[in-house]
Amino acid sequence: MNLPANEDGKEILGSLEEWETFEVFHQKKRGEQHVHVGIVHAAGPDMALIMAKEAFGRRRQTANLWVVRSSAVSATSYDDQDIFETTPEKTYREASDYYCMDKIRKYQQEHGIKDRKEDRRKKKEEKTK
Amino acid sequence: MSLSPGELKDVKEFLYKIADDQLIIGHRNSEWTGLGPTLEEDIAFSSIAQDKIGQSQHIYELLHAMGEKHPDTTAFTRNAADFRCSHLTEYPNGEYEFSLMRNFLFNHSEHIRFGMLSTSSVEQLAKLAKKYRGEIKYHVMHSDTWVKQLGRANEESHMRMQKALNDTFNLALGIFEESDFAEALRETKVFEGEQVLQNKWLEEISPILDSASLVIPNKNSWAPAYGGRKGQHTEYLQPLIEEMGAVFRLDPNAEW
Repeated sequence: MNLPANEDGKEILGSLEEWETFEVFHQKKRGEQHVHVGIVHAAGPDMALIMAKEAFGRRRQTANLWVVRSSAVSATSYDDQDIFETTPEKTYREASDYYCMDKIRKYQQEHGIKDRKEDRRKKKEEKTK
Repeated sequence: MSLSPGELKDVKEFLYKIADDQLIIGHRNSEWTGLGPTLEEDIAFSSIAQDKIGQSQHIYELLHAMGEKHPDTTAFTRNAADFRCSHLTEYPNGEYEFSLMRNFLFNHSEHIRFGMLSTSSVEQLAKLAKKYRGEIKYHVMHSDTWVKQLGRANEESHMRMQKALNDTFNLALGIFEESDFAEALRETKVFEGEQVLQNKWLEEISPILDSASLVIPNKNSWAPAYGGRKGQHTEYLQPLIEEMGAVFRLDPNAEW
């Protein structure tokens, strides 16, 4: 790894060499999923939690945080990004290929169920007018 | 419990002591903002500084409700001799380990003080204790983590932390300077007193320092830095107060 150097040739980040990065996962409410929100530098997991609390837990509702050593994460390679592609004629394998909202709306109308999402959308439209 | 005029005066004096400690150590810690050793630590330490100043503001508001001056006036227009903070909080920052150790020793004293106050006969004090519980718990976690980390990381960090402990310990003992009103507060079950607090504090910090391989100075060398609670301060407090209140005093009546 090439680190930036000071004029005296000393590596600026030298003192951080023994530190690691930790991936931070944030849970809003107990029972909900933990969602990846960022990375902190720390000397160990305990310190990573302390840093994550201020960096990611301070300004939003938080029930719980996880930190995981970045080095513990296994990932696919961007060279293999083509594995996620499917042939065009197999769109039936994608959720977006299924149209059901018209049926749901019809059912809602017939049973007098309010579509809250639709209401919100309409309200928003009116506001922007 | 309703307070007699004498009791009210004692409780106010007691509150000034707590709030002034928080304001001054909070201000000192805030001087690290932008200079912290890592970005993450800069954010964490600045946030802790803000918490402390916020806690002092809340106590000054409580004092205001008890008939004292407005919080801003209290914070920014008094002279050093009117402050009741301990010398520990006044010292300039120096190296980072000094600030870390100062916070470690102070945070544990607050942790226990507010723990004791949670059962105070004065309802407002018990409420304060509950309000700050989470913040102070985090402050303690933060300083414990750093003390353990640097106490054991390598020879230099260990040496610096031990020196910081030696430099701050007598100052920290100054937190526990008894005031004239101590006996009255104990009798009315408002607060058990600084001596009880100091003993509990020693019990709480000893195992943490042990696990960080740091040694509390020998009892023969203990010389508590008293005086702060009576308005006798170090030379560092007055310049701090002048800097802290400089903007406010430009126009004390300005609407912010």
